[in-house]
Amino acid sequence: MRLRNSSMDGSDGSQLFDDTSATGRGQAGPQAAGGLPGQSLLADPMSNLAMAYGSSLASQGREMVDKNLDRFIPISKLKYYFAVDTVYVGKKLGILVFPYMHENWEVSYQQDIPVAPRFDVNAPDLYIPTMGFITYILVAGLALGTQNRFSPELLGVQASSALVWLIMEVLAVLLSLYLITVNTDLTTIDLLAFSGYKYVGMILGVVAGLLFGKLAYYLSLLWCCAAIFVFMIRTLRLKLLSEAAAEGKLVRGARNQLRMYLTMSIAAAQPVFMYWLTYHLIR
Amino acid sequence: MARDKTSFASMAFTLYTLIQTAILCTNAIAVLHEERFLSKIGWGVDQGVGGFGDDPGVKAQILNLIRSVRTVMRVPLIIVNSACIVLLLLFG
Repeated sequence: MRLRNSSMDGSDGSQLFDDTSATGRGQAGPQAAGGLPGQSLLADPMSNLAMAYGSSLASQGREMVDKNLDRFIPISKLKYYFAVDTVYVGKKLGILVFPYMHENWEVSYQQDIPVAPRFDVNAPDLYIPTMGFITYILVAGLALGTQNRFSPELLGVQASSALVWLIMEVLAVLLSLYLITVNTDLTTIDLLAFSGYKYVGMILGVVAGLLFGKLAYYLSLLWCCAAIFVFMIRTLRLKLLSEAAAEGKLVRGARNQLRMYLTMSIAAAQPVFMYWLTYHLIR
Repeated sequence: MARDKTSFASMAFTLYTLIQTAILCTNAIAVLHEERFLSKIGWGVDQGVGGFGDDPGVKAQILNLIRSVRTVMRVPLIIVNSACIVLLLLFG
Protein backbone atom coordinates (compact mmCIF):
# COMPACT_ATOMS: atom_id res chain seq x y z
CA MET A 1 0.00 0.00 0.00
CA ARG A 2 2.75 2.40 0.88
CA LEU A 3 4.56 1.66 -2.38
CA ARG A 4 1.50 2.42 -4.45
CA ASN A 5 0.96 5.71 -2.62
CA SER A 6 4.52 6.82 -3.23
CA SER A 7 4.31 6.11 -6.92
CA MET A 8 1.03 8.01 -7.10
CA ASP A 9 2.62 10.99 -5.34
CA GLY A 10 5.38 10.91 -7.92
CA SER A 11 2.89 11.20 -10.74
CA ASP A 12 2.04 14.79 -9.76
CA GLY A 13 5.54 16.02 -10.55
CA SER A 14 6.65 14.95 -13.99
CA GLN A 15 5.18 13.59 -17.12
CA LEU A 16 7.25 10.45 -16.84
CA PHE A 17 4.98 9.04 -14.21
CA ASP A 18 1.60 9.86 -15.60
CA ASP A 19 1.27 6.86 -17.92
CA THR A 20 2.53 4.18 -15.59
CA SER A 21 0.54 5.31 -12.57
CA ALA A 22 -2.66 5.66 -14.60
CA THR A 23 -2.40 2.15 -16.04
CA GLY A 24 -1.09 0.84 -12.74
CA ARG A 25 -4.00 2.35 -10.90
CA GLY A 26 -6.39 1.00 -13.50
CA GLN A 27 -4.96 -2.50 -13.28
CA ALA A 28 -4.36 -2.64 -9.56
CA GLY A 29 -7.83 -1.32 -8.72
CA PRO A 30 -10.02 -4.05 -10.12
CA GLN A 31 -7.50 -6.68 -9.14
CA ALA A 32 -7.48 -5.57 -5.53
CA ALA A 33 -11.24 -5.10 -5.43
CA GLY A 34 -12.40 -8.27 -7.20
CA GLY A 35 -10.53 -11.42 -8.09
CA LEU A 36 -9.10 -14.11 -5.84
CA PRO A 37 -7.20 -12.78 -2.82
CA GLY A 38 -4.40 -15.29 -3.40
CA GLN A 39 -3.78 -14.19 -6.97
CA SER A 40 -4.03 -10.52 -6.13
CA LEU A 41 -1.59 -10.93 -3.27
CA LEU A 42 0.91 -12.58 -5.61
CA ALA A 43 0.40 -10.15 -8.51
CA ASP A 44 0.30 -6.94 -6.50
CA PRO A 45 3.71 -7.10 -4.82
CA MET A 46 5.39 -7.80 -8.16
CA SER A 47 3.71 -4.94 -9.97
CA ASN A 48 4.22 -2.68 -6.97
CA LEU A 49 7.87 -3.57 -6.85
CA ALA A 50 8.26 -2.99 -10.57
CA MET A 51 6.46 0.33 -10.39
CA ALA A 52 8.49 1.52 -7.43
CA TYR A 53 11.76 0.47 -9.05
CA GLY A 54 10.80 2.10 -12.30
CA SER A 55 9.78 5.33 -10.63
CA SER A 56 12.96 5.50 -8.59
CA LEU A 57 15.04 4.88 -11.72
CA ALA A 58 13.14 7.59 -13.54
CA SER A 59 13.60 10.11 -10.76
CA GLN A 60 17.31 9.29 -10.59
CA GLY A 61 17.63 9.76 -14.32
CA ARG A 62 15.80 13.04 -14.14
CA GLU A 63 18.08 14.33 -11.39
CA MET A 64 21.13 13.35 -13.38
CA VAL A 65 19.88 15.06 -16.52
CA ASP A 66 19.02 18.20 -14.57
CA LYS A 67 22.40 18.30 -12.89
CA ASN A 68 24.39 17.76 -16.08
CA LEU A 69 22.27 20.10 -18.15
CA ASP A 70 22.71 22.78 -15.55
CA ARG A 71 26.44 22.41 -15.87
CA PHE A 72 26.48 23.08 -19.61
CA ILE A 73 23.64 25.51 -20.01
CA PRO A 74 23.06 27.61 -16.91
CA ILE A 75 19.31 27.23 -16.87
CA SER A 76 18.76 29.10 -13.62
CA LYS A 77 20.66 32.08 -15.01
CA LEU A 78 18.67 31.90 -18.23
CA LYS A 79 15.43 31.99 -16.26
CA TYR A 80 16.44 35.38 -14.88
CA TYR A 81 16.62 36.80 -18.37
CA PHE A 82 13.13 35.69 -19.25
CA ALA A 83 11.48 37.07 -16.12
CA VAL A 84 9.68 39.85 -17.96
CA ASP A 85 6.18 41.18 -18.09
CA THR A 86 4.16 43.22 -20.54
CA VAL A 87 4.92 46.59 -18.95
CA TYR A 88 8.66 45.96 -19.12
CA VAL A 89 8.50 44.85 -22.75
CA GLY A 90 6.46 47.88 -23.71
CA LYS A 91 8.80 50.31 -21.95
CA LYS A 92 11.89 48.62 -23.31
CA LEU A 93 10.63 48.70 -26.88
CA GLY A 94 9.86 52.38 -26.41
CA ILE A 95 13.39 53.04 -25.17
CA LEU A 96 14.87 51.08 -28.05
CA VAL A 97 13.08 53.22 -30.60
CA PHE A 98 13.24 56.53 -28.71
CA PRO A 99 16.03 56.57 -26.15
CA TYR A 100 16.38 60.33 -26.00
CA MET A 101 13.99 61.00 -23.15
CA HIS A 102 15.14 58.24 -20.85
CA GLU A 103 17.04 59.71 -17.94
CA ASN A 104 18.29 57.06 -15.58
CA TRP A 105 20.22 54.28 -17.26
CA GLU A 106 21.62 52.51 -14.24
CA VAL A 107 20.75 48.96 -13.42
CA SER A 108 19.52 48.63 -9.88
CA TYR A 109 20.91 45.89 -7.73
CA GLN A 110 19.47 44.02 -4.83
CA GLN A 111 22.21 42.80 -2.49
CA ASP A 112 24.73 42.38 -5.29
CA ILE A 113 22.32 40.50 -7.54
CA PRO A 114 20.93 42.44 -10.46
CA VAL A 115 17.21 42.90 -10.17
CA ALA A 116 15.04 40.86 -12.52
CA PRO A 117 14.00 42.68 -15.70
CA ARG A 118 10.45 42.77 -14.47
CA PHE A 119 11.38 45.34 -11.84
CA ASP A 120 14.01 47.37 -13.66
CA VAL A 121 13.63 48.66 -17.17
CA ASN A 122 17.38 49.00 -17.65
CA ALA A 123 18.18 45.35 -17.05
CA PRO A 124 18.95 43.32 -20.17
CA ASP A 125 16.62 40.48 -21.03
CA LEU A 126 16.58 37.71 -23.59
CA TYR A 127 12.88 37.76 -24.37
CA ILE A 128 12.95 40.73 -26.76
CA PRO A 129 16.04 39.50 -28.66
CA THR A 130 14.61 36.01 -29.08
CA MET A 131 11.23 37.24 -30.23
CA GLY A 132 12.93 39.83 -32.42
CA PHE A 133 15.09 37.21 -34.08
CA ILE A 134 12.15 34.95 -34.85
CA THR A 135 10.04 37.87 -36.07
CA TYR A 136 12.93 39.03 -38.24
CA ILE A 137 13.07 35.65 -39.95
CA LEU A 138 9.32 35.67 -40.52
CA VAL A 139 9.36 39.23 -41.83
CA ALA A 140 12.27 38.32 -44.12
CA GLY A 141 10.20 35.44 -45.48
CA LEU A 142 7.31 37.83 -45.99
CA ALA A 143 9.52 40.33 -47.81
CA LEU A 144 10.94 37.64 -50.04
CA GLY A 145 7.46 36.37 -50.73
CA THR A 146 6.22 39.74 -51.92
CA GLN A 147 9.05 39.76 -54.43
CA ASN A 148 8.39 36.19 -55.57
CA ARG A 149 11.77 35.10 -54.36
CA PHE A 150 10.54 32.90 -51.58
CA SER A 151 11.29 29.25 -51.04
CA PRO A 152 11.26 27.41 -47.71
CA GLU A 153 15.00 26.80 -47.70
CA LEU A 154 15.60 30.52 -47.82
CA LEU A 155 14.05 30.85 -44.37
CA GLY A 156 16.65 28.46 -43.05
CA VAL A 157 19.41 30.32 -44.88
CA GLN A 158 18.27 33.63 -43.41
CA ALA A 159 18.04 32.17 -39.94
CA SER A 160 21.47 30.61 -40.00
CA SER A 161 23.10 33.68 -41.54
CA ALA A 162 21.65 35.99 -38.91
CA LEU A 163 22.60 33.55 -36.17
CA VAL A 164 26.16 33.28 -37.45
CA TRP A 165 26.55 37.05 -37.60
CA LEU A 166 25.19 37.30 -34.08
CA ILE A 167 27.63 34.70 -32.77
CA MET A 168 30.54 36.36 -34.55
CA GLU A 169 29.60 39.74 -33.15
CA VAL A 170 29.38 38.40 -29.60
CA LEU A 171 32.72 36.61 -30.01
CA ALA A 172 34.35 39.76 -31.37
CA VAL A 173 33.05 41.81 -28.45
CA LEU A 174 34.23 39.16 -25.98
CA LEU A 175 37.67 39.12 -27.59
CA SER A 176 38.02 42.88 -27.44
CA LEU A 177 36.81 42.95 -23.84
CA TYR A 178 39.50 40.41 -23.00
CA LEU A 179 42.22 42.31 -24.83
CA ILE A 180 41.47 45.63 -23.18
CA THR A 181 41.08 43.99 -19.73
CA VAL A 182 37.92 45.72 -18.81
CA ASN A 183 36.75 44.77 -15.36
CA THR A 184 33.08 44.59 -15.96
CA ASP A 185 30.21 42.49 -14.80
CA LEU A 186 28.88 42.04 -18.30
CA THR A 187 28.28 38.35 -18.86
CA THR A 188 28.18 36.62 -22.23
CA ILE A 189 24.41 36.43 -22.04
CA ASP A 190 24.26 40.20 -21.44
CA LEU A 191 26.26 40.75 -24.61
CA LEU A 192 23.96 38.38 -26.45
CA ALA A 193 20.99 40.39 -25.23
CA PHE A 194 22.52 43.71 -26.29
CA SER A 195 23.40 42.38 -29.69
CA GLY A 196 19.89 41.05 -30.10
CA TYR A 197 18.23 44.40 -29.48
CA LYS A 198 19.00 45.58 -32.99
CA TYR A 199 16.49 43.14 -34.45
CA VAL A 200 13.71 45.44 -33.28
CA GLY A 201 15.00 48.27 -35.47
CA MET A 202 15.56 45.91 -38.38
CA ILE A 203 12.00 44.63 -38.22
CA LEU A 204 10.61 48.17 -38.12
CA GLY A 205 12.72 49.15 -41.13
CA VAL A 206 11.73 46.16 -43.22
CA VAL A 207 8.04 46.50 -42.37
CA ALA A 208 8.09 50.19 -43.23
CA GLY A 209 9.82 49.34 -46.49
CA LEU A 210 7.23 46.72 -47.32
CA LEU A 211 4.32 49.01 -46.56
CA PHE A 212 5.49 52.32 -47.92
CA GLY A 213 8.39 51.69 -50.30
CA LYS A 214 12.10 52.18 -50.36
CA LEU A 215 12.16 55.74 -49.05
CA ALA A 216 10.27 54.72 -45.94
CA TYR A 217 12.71 51.86 -45.44
CA TYR A 218 15.71 54.15 -45.54
CA LEU A 219 14.12 56.76 -43.28
CA SER A 220 12.94 54.33 -40.63
CA LEU A 221 16.24 52.43 -40.77
CA LEU A 222 18.10 55.71 -40.27
CA TRP A 223 15.93 56.56 -37.29
CA CYS A 224 16.34 53.10 -35.74
CA CYS A 225 20.09 53.09 -36.37
CA ALA A 226 20.49 56.40 -34.57
CA ALA A 227 18.28 55.17 -31.75
CA ILE A 228 20.24 51.94 -31.30
CA PHE A 229 23.51 53.87 -31.45
CA VAL A 230 22.43 56.19 -28.63
CA PHE A 231 20.94 53.30 -26.66
CA MET A 232 24.11 51.22 -26.83
CA ILE A 233 26.37 54.13 -25.96
CA ARG A 234 24.31 55.11 -22.96
CA THR A 235 23.99 51.55 -21.73
CA LEU A 236 27.59 50.51 -22.28
CA ARG A 237 28.98 53.74 -20.91
CA LEU A 238 27.93 52.77 -17.43
CA LYS A 239 29.20 49.24 -17.73
CA LEU A 240 32.50 49.59 -19.54
CA LEU A 241 33.94 52.94 -18.62
CA SER A 242 35.28 53.83 -15.26
CA GLU A 243 33.03 55.76 -12.95
CA ALA A 244 34.61 59.14 -13.58
CA ALA A 245 34.48 58.82 -17.33
CA ALA A 246 30.93 57.59 -17.23
CA GLU A 247 29.83 60.77 -15.57
CA GLY A 248 31.12 62.78 -18.47
CA LYS A 249 34.36 64.16 -17.12
CA LEU A 250 37.30 63.96 -19.47
CA VAL A 251 39.61 61.36 -18.03
CA ARG A 252 43.02 61.08 -19.61
CA GLY A 253 44.94 57.89 -20.02
CA ALA A 254 45.40 55.36 -22.77
CA ARG A 255 43.24 52.81 -21.00
CA ASN A 256 40.22 55.05 -20.77
CA GLN A 257 40.69 56.08 -24.35
CA LEU A 258 40.72 52.44 -25.43
CA ARG A 259 37.56 51.81 -23.47
CA MET A 260 35.88 54.77 -25.10
CA TYR A 261 36.91 53.51 -28.55
CA LEU A 262 35.57 50.08 -27.68
CA THR A 263 32.21 51.49 -26.63
CA MET A 264 31.99 53.59 -29.77
CA SER A 265 32.89 50.71 -32.05
CA ILE A 266 30.40 48.34 -30.47
CA ALA A 267 27.70 50.97 -30.84
CA ALA A 268 28.77 51.78 -34.41
CA ALA A 269 28.74 48.11 -35.42
CA GLN A 270 25.03 47.88 -34.71
CA PRO A 271 23.83 50.16 -37.57
CA VAL A 272 26.26 48.45 -39.93
CA PHE A 273 24.77 45.06 -39.10
CA MET A 274 21.27 46.43 -39.29
CA TYR A 275 21.84 47.63 -42.82
CA TRP A 276 23.83 44.57 -43.87
CA LEU A 277 21.16 42.15 -42.78
CA THR A 278 18.19 43.95 -44.31
CA TYR A 279 19.22 45.69 -47.50
CA HIS A 280 18.79 42.60 -49.64
CA LEU A 281 15.19 42.25 -48.50
CA ILE A 282 14.02 45.55 -49.98
CA ARG A 283 14.45 45.89 -53.68
CA MET B 1 16.75 31.41 -59.68
CA ALA B 2 20.45 31.56 -60.41
CA ARG B 3 20.36 35.30 -59.95
CA ASP B 4 18.54 34.90 -56.65
CA LYS B 5 21.00 32.35 -55.42
CA THR B 6 23.96 34.60 -56.22
CA SER B 7 22.34 37.44 -54.34
CA PHE B 8 22.47 35.19 -51.34
CA ALA B 9 25.95 33.94 -52.02
CA SER B 10 27.47 36.50 -49.74
CA MET B 11 24.73 35.93 -47.21
CA ALA B 12 24.66 32.16 -47.04
CA PHE B 13 26.54 31.81 -43.82
CA THR B 14 25.71 28.50 -42.34
CA LEU B 15 26.82 27.15 -39.02
CA TYR B 16 29.22 24.93 -40.95
CA THR B 17 30.90 28.07 -42.24
CA LEU B 18 31.27 29.27 -38.68
CA ILE B 19 32.93 26.02 -37.65
CA GLN B 20 35.25 26.23 -40.65
CA THR B 21 36.16 29.80 -39.79
CA ALA B 22 36.86 28.86 -36.19
CA ILE B 23 39.07 25.95 -37.18
CA LEU B 24 41.02 28.04 -39.68
CA CYS B 25 41.53 30.91 -37.24
CA THR B 26 42.66 28.60 -34.46
CA ASN B 27 45.05 26.88 -36.84
CA ALA B 28 46.45 30.22 -37.89
CA ILE B 29 47.14 31.21 -34.28
CA ALA B 30 48.58 27.84 -33.35
CA VAL B 31 51.00 27.86 -36.27
CA LEU B 32 52.89 30.95 -35.10
CA HIS B 33 56.19 29.53 -34.03
CA GLU B 34 57.74 30.80 -30.85
CA GLU B 35 61.43 31.05 -31.62
CA ARG B 36 61.41 31.28 -35.38
CA PHE B 37 58.88 34.02 -35.69
CA LEU B 38 57.47 35.59 -32.60
CA SER B 39 60.77 36.36 -30.91
CA LYS B 40 62.10 37.89 -34.11
CA ILE B 41 59.32 40.45 -34.23
CA GLY B 42 59.42 41.21 -30.56
CA TRP B 43 56.38 39.19 -29.60
CA GLY B 44 58.15 36.51 -27.64
CA VAL B 45 56.91 35.19 -24.35
CA ASP B 46 59.51 37.01 -22.32
CA GLN B 47 58.80 40.31 -24.02
CA GLY B 48 55.18 40.47 -23.06
CA VAL B 49 55.03 40.81 -19.32
CA GLY B 50 55.94 44.38 -18.55
CA GLY B 51 54.95 45.99 -15.31
CA PHE B 52 53.11 44.14 -12.62
CA GLY B 53 50.40 46.70 -12.22
CA ASP B 54 46.75 45.99 -12.61
CA ASP B 55 46.92 46.83 -16.29
CA PRO B 56 48.64 44.26 -18.49
CA GLY B 57 48.11 46.24 -21.69
CA VAL B 58 46.86 45.10 -25.06
CA LYS B 59 50.16 43.64 -26.31
CA ALA B 60 50.64 41.48 -23.23
CA GLN B 61 47.09 40.20 -23.54
CA ILE B 62 47.59 39.29 -27.19
CA LEU B 63 50.83 37.45 -26.45
CA ASN B 64 49.12 35.66 -23.59
CA LEU B 65 46.30 34.67 -25.86
CA ILE B 66 48.63 33.32 -28.54
CA ARG B 67 50.60 31.33 -26.02
CA SER B 68 47.53 29.86 -24.38
CA VAL B 69 45.90 28.95 -27.69
CA ARG B 70 49.10 27.21 -28.69
CA THR B 71 49.26 25.28 -25.44
CA VAL B 72 45.63 24.38 -24.99
CA MET B 73 44.52 23.72 -28.54
CA ARG B 74 47.54 21.76 -29.79
CA VAL B 75 46.12 18.27 -29.27
CA PRO B 76 42.47 19.03 -30.08
CA LEU B 77 43.59 20.74 -33.28
CA ILE B 78 45.47 17.62 -34.34
CA ILE B 79 42.33 15.58 -33.88
CA VAL B 80 40.01 18.08 -35.54
CA ASN B 81 42.33 18.66 -38.48
CA SER B 82 42.73 14.93 -39.10
CA ALA B 83 38.97 14.51 -38.99
CA CYS B 84 38.55 17.40 -41.45
CA ILE B 85 41.11 15.94 -43.83
CA VAL B 86 39.48 12.53 -43.77
CA LEU B 87 36.00 13.99 -44.25
CA LEU B 88 37.08 16.22 -47.10
CA LEU B 89 38.85 13.34 -48.82
CA LEU B 90 35.83 11.12 -48.51
CA PHE B 91 33.06 13.60 -49.24
CA GLY B 92 34.67 16.41 -51.14
